[in-house]
Amino acid sequence: MISPTVFFVAIVSSMLINNVVLMRFLGVCPFLGVSKKTESALGMSAAVLFVMVVSSAITYIVYYFVLDPLNITYISTIAFILVIASLVQLVEIFIKKFSKKLYKGLGIYLPLITTNCAILGVVEGNILENFADQHGLWGGLAVATTSALGAALGFGLIMFAFSSIRERLDSAEVPPAWKGVPVSLVVAGIMALAFLGLGGIV
Amino acid sequence: MTQANPMKKKKKKDGKLAIFTKGIIKENPVFVFLLGMCPALAVTSTMETGLGMGILVIFVLTLSNIVVSLLSRFIPDEVRIPAYIVVIATFVTIVRMLTEAFAYELFLSLGIFIPLIVVNCLIMSRATSFASKNNVLNSAIDGLGMAIGFGLALGLIGFVREIFSTGAISLGVYLPLGFEVSIINTEMYLFNMDVFAGPAGGFLVIGILLAMFTAKGNYDKHKQEEARQAWIEQKKKEAAERKRKKAMESAGDAA
Repeated sequence: MISPTVFFVAIVSSMLINNVVLMRFLGVCPFLGVSKKTESALGMSAAVLFVMVVSSAITYIVYYFVLDPLNITYISTIAFILVIASLVQLVEIFIKKFSKKLYKGLGIYLPLITTNCAILGVVEGNILENFADQHGLWGGLAVATTSALGAALGFGLIMFAFSSIRERLDSAEVPPAWKGVPVSLVVAGIMALAFLGLGGIV
Repeated sequence: MTQANPMKKKKKKDGKLAIFTKGIIKENPVFVFLLGMCPALAVTSTMETGLGMGILVIFVLTLSNIVVSLLSRFIPDEVRIPAYIVVIATFVTIVRMLTEAFAYELFLSLGIFIPLIVVNCLIMSRATSFASKNNVLNSAIDGLGMAIGFGLALGLIGFVREIFSTGAISLGVYLPLGFEVSIINTEMYLFNMDVFAGPAGGFLVIGILLAMFTAKGNYDKHKQEEARQAWIEQKKKEAAERKRKKAMESAGDAA
């Protein structure tokens, strides 16, 4: 039996200490591209949350129950990207069928998620972390999924904070050369400095 | 449609050299199009890792562009993106194995970012926007040029970060260059700042470099605008001169 602290540590560490965007540099493209408005940033984060959690559970199962017994772990990248791409497609079809409202909110972000490196990065990271050796085959699945949940929450937190800052930056007077992305990158750098202070908590 | 046509004609007129060089400066993927920012931030703590990532991308992008442009006629539009991703992922797997065999230090230091070349927006965007519409040779040249531009940009970022964080440039640590590890020291080591090796430094350096590139672009545009204005002024003056002469002549005729 895994103690609850393991799950707590997994969430806190992947959400705040090893934040996907600011510490592991995953998902920087949506971080810069979809953060102009708070609303779209939150929509993107919700879509990422869903796809990240489900895809890390599925890829974990694919890796340890299909690829590992067959000794073909070297094609893991191809297998994972296929799982993610088809999952995104499936989710899109399901949402379109069952909830028009949700589709309107998330629909435009879903195709972008296939090429979001945060998803593939977290999924590959789960395998590299070797949760299965530490917590057993099924325990590893639970910890990996929790860790993915934390990573997605961290992504959402940063997206929300960054988009709020960016909305205010729009009305600020910035020198012409720094307008747009350069000043946002400097802001992100300062945010990363702040998150550096959280290192070493766990 | 009428607006798109002259652009197309113009593109076709460009030679092979123009396709090759446009990716390096004019359409640099990192500093102009902001493509592939994740590796540009993550693997550039030293110059060599940045260049190493660039070399891997050169392989993957050139080969995937060739295959995509060969296959694009046979791939139905609905499954275009998954099909391209599988092509790219195959080459990434090959490159990953080759790196593990021949440049193990680089393999260790790039870590998770080698499989992540699959989702590098640069490769996907070249596949959909160039390779699927052009012939094989042009696609290969475009891939090579774009990837070299990407690698040089990563090398530049890595150079700045390494100089600021350690005050030295080391050669031969990650890339198998065939000679002993050599470290070029500068006087900067007196002021080295560890923060530039970390995540915050990556964001700051890219932000500052981008601002410099934008400033250069703005300056060029300003110069161009000035030249155009001067040209218009001159034309106006000439026209006025001509008018005056004509008026004088007609006045002379009348007299």
